[in-house]
Amino acid sequence: MLDTVFFYLFTLLTLGGAILTVATRNAVHSALFLITSLLGVAGLYLLLHAEFLFAVQIIVYVGGIMVLFLFVIMLVNLDAAAAQRQFSRMWPVALGCVALVGLELFYFLGKGEPAFRIAAPPPVPEPTAGNTERIADVLFSQYLLPFEIASLLLLVAVIGSVVMAKKRI
Amino acid sequence: MTPFYTATDHLVLLPAIMLAFFGCAILLLDHWAPDIMALFRAANPKDRKWLLPVFVLPGIAFTAYTLWRQQSYLAASGATDIQAFQGSLVIDGFSLFFNWIFLIASLIVAIVSYRYLDIEGEHHGEYYGLILLANSGMFFLAAGSDLVTLFIGLELMALCFYVMVGFLRGDRRSNEAAMKYLILGAFSSGFLLYGFSILYGIGGSTKLAAISEAMAARELDDPVLWLALITTAVGLLFKISAAPFHMWAPDAYEGAPTTVTAYLSVASKAASFAFLLRIFLGPFAASREVWEPILAAIAVLTMTVGNFAAISQTNVKRLLAYSSISHAGYMLLGLVAGNETGLQGISVYILVYTFMNLGAFLVIVALRRGNLIGDEIEDLAGLMRRSPGMAMLMLVFLVSLAGIPPTAGFLGKFYIFLALIETGHYVLAVIATLYVAVAIYYYFRMVRTMFLDPSAEQEPLAGSFGLRLAGVSAGVLTLAIGDYPEPFLRLAQTSILR
Amino acid sequence: MPEGYVPLFIFLAVAILFPVVALILAKYIRPDVPSRVKLEAYECGIQTASDSRARYTVRFYIIAILFVIFDVEAIFLLPWAVRYQVLGWFGVAEVAVFLVVLAVGYVWAYKKGALEWI
Repeated sequence: MLDTVFFYLFTLLTLGGAILTVATRNAVHSALFLITSLLGVAGLYLLLHAEFLFAVQIIVYVGGIMVLFLFVIMLVNLDAAAAQRQFSRMWPVALGCVALVGLELFYFLGKGEPAFRIAAPPPVPEPTAGNTERIADVLFSQYLLPFEIASLLLLVAVIGSVVMAKKRI
Repeated sequence: MTPFYTATDHLVLLPAIMLAFFGCAILLLDHWAPDIMALFRAANPKDRKWLLPVFVLPGIAFTAYTLWRQQSYLAASGATDIQAFQGSLVIDGFSLFFNWIFLIASLIVAIVSYRYLDIEGEHHGEYYGLILLANSGMFFLAAGSDLVTLFIGLELMALCFYVMVGFLRGDRRSNEAAMKYLILGAFSSGFLLYGFSILYGIGGSTKLAAISEAMAARELDDPVLWLALITTAVGLLFKISAAPFHMWAPDAYEGAPTTVTAYLSVASKAASFAFLLRIFLGPFAASREVWEPILAAIAVLTMTVGNFAAISQTNVKRLLAYSSISHAGYMLLGLVAGNETGLQGISVYILVYTFMNLGAFLVIVALRRGNLIGDEIEDLAGLMRRSPGMAMLMLVFLVSLAGIPPTAGFLGKFYIFLALIETGHYVLAVIATLYVAVAIYYYFRMVRTMFLDPSAEQEPLAGSFGLRLAGVSAGVLTLAIGDYPEPFLRLAQTSILR
Repeated sequence: MPEGYVPLFIFLAVAILFPVVALILAKYIRPDVPSRVKLEAYECGIQTASDSRARYTVRFYIIAILFVIFDVEAIFLLPWAVRYQVLGWFGVAEVAVFLVVLAVGYVWAYKKGALEWI
């Protein structure tokens, strides 16, 4: 019961924030609504018992990336952007995409759970260890290769951002 | 060694380690490069081109050595593949073949770049570092057999390319190209991830082998299977710039530094194709009935868009971008045919395409000097008079791109057509053949400009040593594959993904 | 909802409600006598000089993005830290490789002067 209440609360936060993000004219307000939306997603992770992702969502997205967003918004000249038409003429394309996704959604809703048949989840071991510990166990054993490649990815991100933004390198 | 990092794992991972190691070394030591070069009594220690013999060439040589060791290990073991990291990486003929192509492309692009970057005034060590790091990303695309590894390898490669496309930081076109490429690339990665998440749901594992089994066990009208298929396919088709997901390619190719365009059009495309083949011949193999007609339609659309849009281009880089889109269409036809000949044809085609497309872009690189960008078709005018060697090379590459017999391009197209006829796709074969005629028209427009039009410039081209070496090698190989195809066909035969 | 988080949400609800209630309550209780000077943006007692929405220098962006990147790096270290004793020396080696690669990026950015302000 409580879960359901919280689910709808977080969904409302996520979707409402997302809609307001694209609907407001002021880019700073958009960024703030995006934070709301991301917080809602963090809450959904919590409902799914993914505590590690919950923390990551708060620290990286809400903490780091949104600060970056706000900086970038302050970097660019918004007066010019605000004067432009906010809704381009591509809206039929957007409508088509929305219709497609809506169709997909209603198909699965109409057919019910048996239509969306996915693999049986592996047996969950008794919760001796928390979510973060279990992530650590697979990340540093089975998925150690992607983990190490991620360091290269972050290295390239450092180089890329500095090369693109710095005047003299 | 632990169960999670065995000696086999190390052997399999070594090429990527080598590339990443030398890439990092360039980044670390770039700052002190002039001091190091002064120790070696280099003529002009401040010149960044010394990074090439000191870091890039040894890096590529070591990688080649490790690849060769893998190859001999594979041959000695007699197995079809070596699995590593619990099946996350797999070394087989397919991944070795593609890795050799990536390495050759990196080598050629690295040695032609120094003069070009000097002219552009953006000669930095990071460029070479990014080439090597991008190549290590491609390694995971060809050898990966795990969704997470494949995806993160793709992102590593793509991130390097986003930066390299925007490397001419003072040039608006380059900035715009990087921006478009970044946004559309991120968008397509989103599609791909959505598809991957459903594939993971279907298979209950991120390993391609487990997903293949779970996909094969499903009925073909399962909506979840369709959803996974369509979203993953859209993401992959974006990456190989197949129509209707090709919009980023002409802009990115035109704005990027020409050397990067060459790298992007060859190595990135080959890597994305390796990725596409891994997915379509792995998890999607059992649902061929579903995707074969869709892919056939996309291939035809891709050839149509590529060939007809190329006709009206006046910018050579843009024209070659559209022509590379149409080449992707031909390669997709090999997958549509899907028999032994078709898959061998794709390998041959990618090998041939590497040399001829790189070669064509090298000539454009050579045209760059002073304040002339050299990427308009008029800039080719009178090339025969100004620089007969380059003009002859360009002729070879263009004839090959058009697919005319004595050159390698014919061989690639021939195998694709043969496969289509063997599998009874007569209509597709006829359409593909007709488009060769369209292609001949726009390639020969460039040839005519080179040989017949009078030139405003009289000065011969200022090609560097590396550029001439790479151009001649690519030209010789393009002719050699066309005239003595047997060893290359045998090579392609080993690369078929089973 | 995992157990143990309900108090957190009660706390969150109180934290959100408290300022809202306080502000609304204050609006009705306080005397309201606006004047031009009072409504101006407060700038340390000095007269308002310009629009507060000025454009920043791009250096902020470089610092911010480097912060995000190293933030992500720190996130990757978190699971290792909580499982440090189970993972043992192998875990240390893995994390060392990870950190060395990122240190390359740090040294590179430092040498390029990306972290210098002037």
